[in-house]
Amino acid sequence: MSEERVGVYVCHCGTNIAKTVDVQDVATWAAGQPHVTVARDYKFMCSSLGQEMVEQDIQEQGLTRVVVAACSPHMHEKTFQGACERAGLNRFMFEMANIRELNSWTTKDRESATQKAKSMVRGAVERVVHHRPLDMLPVPINPNTLIVGGGIAGITAALDIANAGYHVYLVEREPSIGGHMAQVDKTFPTLDCAACILTPRMVDVGQHPNITLLSYSELEQVDGHVGNFTVRVRKKARFVNEALCTGCGDCIEKCPGKTLDEVFEVGLGYRKAVYKPFPQAVPKYPVIDTESCIFFQRGKCKACELVCPTHAIDFTQKDEYLQLQVGNIILATGYDLFDARTIPQYGYGRLANVFTSMEFERMVNAAGPTDGQIVLRDGVTPPKSVGIIHCVGSRDKHYHEYCSRVCCMYSLKFAHLIHERLPDTEVYNFYIDIRASGKRYEEFYHRVLEEGTHFIRGRVAEVTDAARMPGEEGKLIIQAEDTLIGKQRRIPVDMVILSTGVQSRHDSHEVAQLFGMGCDFNGYFIERHPKLDPVLTMSDGVFIAGACQGPMAIPETVAQAGSAASQVISLISQGTLMMEPIRARINPDKCSGCRICNNLCPYHAITFHADRKVSEVITAMCQGCGACVSACPSSAITGAHFTAQQVMSQIEGILWDVRETIPLMAR
Amino acid sequence: MTSEPYTPVIVGFLCNWCSYRAADLAGTARLTYAPTMRPIRVMCTARVEPQFVIKALREGADGVLIAGCHPGECHYVEGNIKALRRYTLLKQMLRQFGIEEERVQIVWAAASESKVLADAVDQMTLTLQALGPLRWRQTVLNGHGAEQAVRESADVRRAALAAQEVEGER
Amino acid sequence: MKYSYYPGCSLERQASAYHQSTMAVARPLNIDLVELEDWNCCGAIEYIAVDLLPAYALISRNLALAANQNGGGNHQIVAPCSACYLNLSKADKYMSDSPELAAKVNTALAAGGLSYTPGTIRTRHLLDVIVNDVGLDAIKERVTNALYNLRVAPYYGCVVVRPGFDHQFDDTEYPTSMDKLMRVLGATVIDFPLKSHCCGGHMTQISQDVALELIRRLLKNASDYDADVIVTLCPMCQLNLDAYQDSVNKQFGTDYHIPILYFTQLVGLAFGLPATELGIGKEFVDARPALAKVGATPDVTDIPASRRDKKALPMPRMTREGER
Repeated sequence: MSEERVGVYVCHCGTNIAKTVDVQDVATWAAGQPHVTVARDYKFMCSSLGQEMVEQDIQEQGLTRVVVAACSPHMHEKTFQGACERAGLNRFMFEMANIRELNSWTTKDRESATQKAKSMVRGAVERVVHHRPLDMLPVPINPNTLIVGGGIAGITAALDIANAGYHVYLVEREPSIGGHMAQVDKTFPTLDCAACILTPRMVDVGQHPNITLLSYSELEQVDGHVGNFTVRVRKKARFVNEALCTGCGDCIEKCPGKTLDEVFEVGLGYRKAVYKPFPQAVPKYPVIDTESCIFFQRGKCKACELVCPTHAIDFTQKDEYLQLQVGNIILATGYDLFDARTIPQYGYGRLANVFTSMEFERMVNAAGPTDGQIVLRDGVTPPKSVGIIHCVGSRDKHYHEYCSRVCCMYSLKFAHLIHERLPDTEVYNFYIDIRASGKRYEEFYHRVLEEGTHFIRGRVAEVTDAARMPGEEGKLIIQAEDTLIGKQRRIPVDMVILSTGVQSRHDSHEVAQLFGMGCDFNGYFIERHPKLDPVLTMSDGVFIAGACQGPMAIPETVAQAGSAASQVISLISQGTLMMEPIRARINPDKCSGCRICNNLCPYHAITFHADRKVSEVITAMCQGCGACVSACPSSAITGAHFTAQQVMSQIEGILWDVRETIPLMAR
Repeated sequence: MTSEPYTPVIVGFLCNWCSYRAADLAGTARLTYAPTMRPIRVMCTARVEPQFVIKALREGADGVLIAGCHPGECHYVEGNIKALRRYTLLKQMLRQFGIEEERVQIVWAAASESKVLADAVDQMTLTLQALGPLRWRQTVLNGHGAEQAVRESADVRRAALAAQEVEGER
Repeated sequence: MKYSYYPGCSLERQASAYHQSTMAVARPLNIDLVELEDWNCCGAIEYIAVDLLPAYALISRNLALAANQNGGGNHQIVAPCSACYLNLSKADKYMSDSPELAAKVNTALAAGGLSYTPGTIRTRHLLDVIVNDVGLDAIKERVTNALYNLRVAPYYGCVVVRPGFDHQFDDTEYPTSMDKLMRVLGATVIDFPLKSHCCGGHMTQISQDVALELIRRLLKNASDYDADVIVTLCPMCQLNLDAYQDSVNKQFGTDYHIPILYFTQLVGLAFGLPATELGIGKEFVDARPALAKVGATPDVTDIPASRRDKKALPMPRMTREGER
């Protein structure tokens, strides 16, 4: 290795480093270390003059490796890699010693800081001599995109990408796209009718020549990597031939099978066995639910088949499997609502007039089960008083510690809608804090305050029908501490609405597994960076948008969907992607075919060739964590840029001053 | 034990995504902690081979700190869990070598938890000061009773062979 | 199944019916309860408020004895009294959490030649053992005289499911184990809203007005729901509701006659054991008129009508534990 010529540059960073580390001493000392050809210290290495100094030395002194001892590689590694490249040196022939964040800023002891800086420099030098030139990896991008989930996030992203001229496959589990937003009556704080703003976009999706809509379909399998995914989709049998169906709805009208609609109407209304979730459903084709269909259960009926004018009913239809080739994937799988039954003391499911927020949302919706009438569970009596309980399942260590972010605002919206429709009804909001931190949200809160809604600050202990005094008979009593006056209060009301929070999809872990991504403790998908890369994931080519990443309202969801779409469009328009070559590689001559590494890989990037009995890393799928490298019992796997030799040498280097030479007896 | 004050040397394996950033933040926030930890950046704690730890101890470190993301927050899904598994096994091996378990520690520090990382270094420094220097040569190679010497030499030979194999280029 | 049995002082005297019925049902349930030899007071509610260390030393003596006596065979101690159950669990938990406390307690125990390692003995409430170890299916098989038509209000009291320790066996706010048990016995179980509210505890001795109001609420509610009996699992609850019912009636001008029974007594009845063997008759409010309602067949009128008003909105389906 002695032919290697290493340049060492020690940065003062003004006084940031120089105040604590004797940078001149480090540079002088470094000049005498093995492999080092030239060592300098300089005021600001990251300045253009500093960079030029490196470039000049590479060219004039014939440096083959460069070490810069300065700040964190997360700050300036790319800067100096660029300098090396400009001078004709491969960017990976560089190593950084972080003597600022990890050293000079953490101590005032000049002597030990200087000693530590020397160790770090020596470690970097010993490491860099084992670096190998690496090339960035070009990956071609298939221009088709898969979007999972047809809520407002999926719809927005699909339209953005399709409008840019690229093809989109939109997969939705339910019979219609629209998601939770389609269930909602009005949106806060503008009180726009949700259907009025959503359904035109749904229609656009249904008609767009660049969008293949796969409703009533589920993702089964994902293989491949960024630029080239192969996806298997199961198109569930609708028992309605989409090619023949005109969506006239005669079958729905004549169907004698009636069942509780637990999905769209959240159990507050009924639907037929052959049904569309709601009238404006896209696509317009109904679905036969075999569990409530009289024909499927008892073998006769077929009323729908009889009335269908185009003979589109097909009881023999089977699930279909589609194989799609796509370059990028956007996950917009949304959220589940917190199950109010989890908190039995709030009475949902026990006390008739306790409703969930989504039940109420359907109730106030003019197209809902009560045609928009606000009534008690008996279906006729309007409530004279309503208690709205905030933070049900949220901000509570027993359930979800986080704030669901939408409940305050929709609770205020409910209060407003009740005032509007039942002006004589008293509304009580039980809240912990009012979180109205969006555009025109606070103003809406003030509007509701002025309308006469009562606000009681305190978490509700219980909702009970146990009357204690005369005024409480026949009512639901909400017991809560009013923390603003420091007293326990019992408020008797006719109706209670539980503002249930948002939680991750029940199957989010399985979905994450499918894509080799992570979920956080709460089951939300982990973004690449919570601030700067909110729609990217650790799996290249897989993006996330909307509430599958964490609780968020419609505007943020739409913004994220747009952002994910533009990331995808940008990748497609580049045609190829250059990726960091920090990947694992298996030497087939050394591989014993034990397959230990196969299951260790979180990205399923290692395949086993049964014919040759060796494993192979699919470079484009590998993320470079190195788990397989450390595990290989035959040392057959190399982790590029983090080879055992590089790390071992760095260990020797940083311990230069305390090393004991121990002879190996075997030699 | 030795009474003269001594400054231990710790080799810190910091994962690129959480702990290295926590260490960066400790600097940015000007947290003062013992200058005893000499950092090595790895992409993930899962890359930390047990041999790296043994190597560091053999080359003169008094302790090794492995720092990664919290379980469930690993950048690579669950590399930290793999590291934890290896660490648990490694501790058994350390015992067999006659090395105190406390000399190798694992800590979870999220990118925001600079204090956790700094405290871990401080705490480990105190622990190592109480234990005294490792002195690999005496502890591991000659530290055993003379009657075992024959058997030991065979073990050392095996260890040496293993080390040699490890150091061959990967 | 073998357990160490810690009756506590109540079961020796005023709650002897609880002890008697526990012993009577233990046999058919195959629970072998080995009474802890030389047990002492659990400190009840008050002593912990006076001085923690002697209180924990007092409690832990029982745990130490249980550990010596092998916890009846499986290192578990069963307490039928809620206060005993809480104190034993609490002492063990706090000693586990605080080695300093454990050391101090052990210094005290050493004076009596005893010691206790926290975590050695698991404390169980009798209800937990019957519902979860024996199991509802096994109980159902034993029922010979189902309690049809008897409307019971299951009353847990405030202590047994709080605070949420590690081995907590039911929901803290809305427990349901006894509800399920009573259903298996054939009784009609009312959804008793005050099931985990306070019975007044020792307030009867400190501020009787407060206690009587708390007791009144429970009685009023049970009566609002037409409960024939209130079934309890705690001697304190039983005592307050039973012995002070007369005082409540005098204070508030009411006329409640709701017998308060232990769940073990109802289990015994359903198993066809004679009332006298179960200590029935020892209560102040005579249970006989209520128990006379028990019929041989279920009362069909009591089953909620399946046909509902056409206009009514459907009730949410309860998926949790398949109830209702």
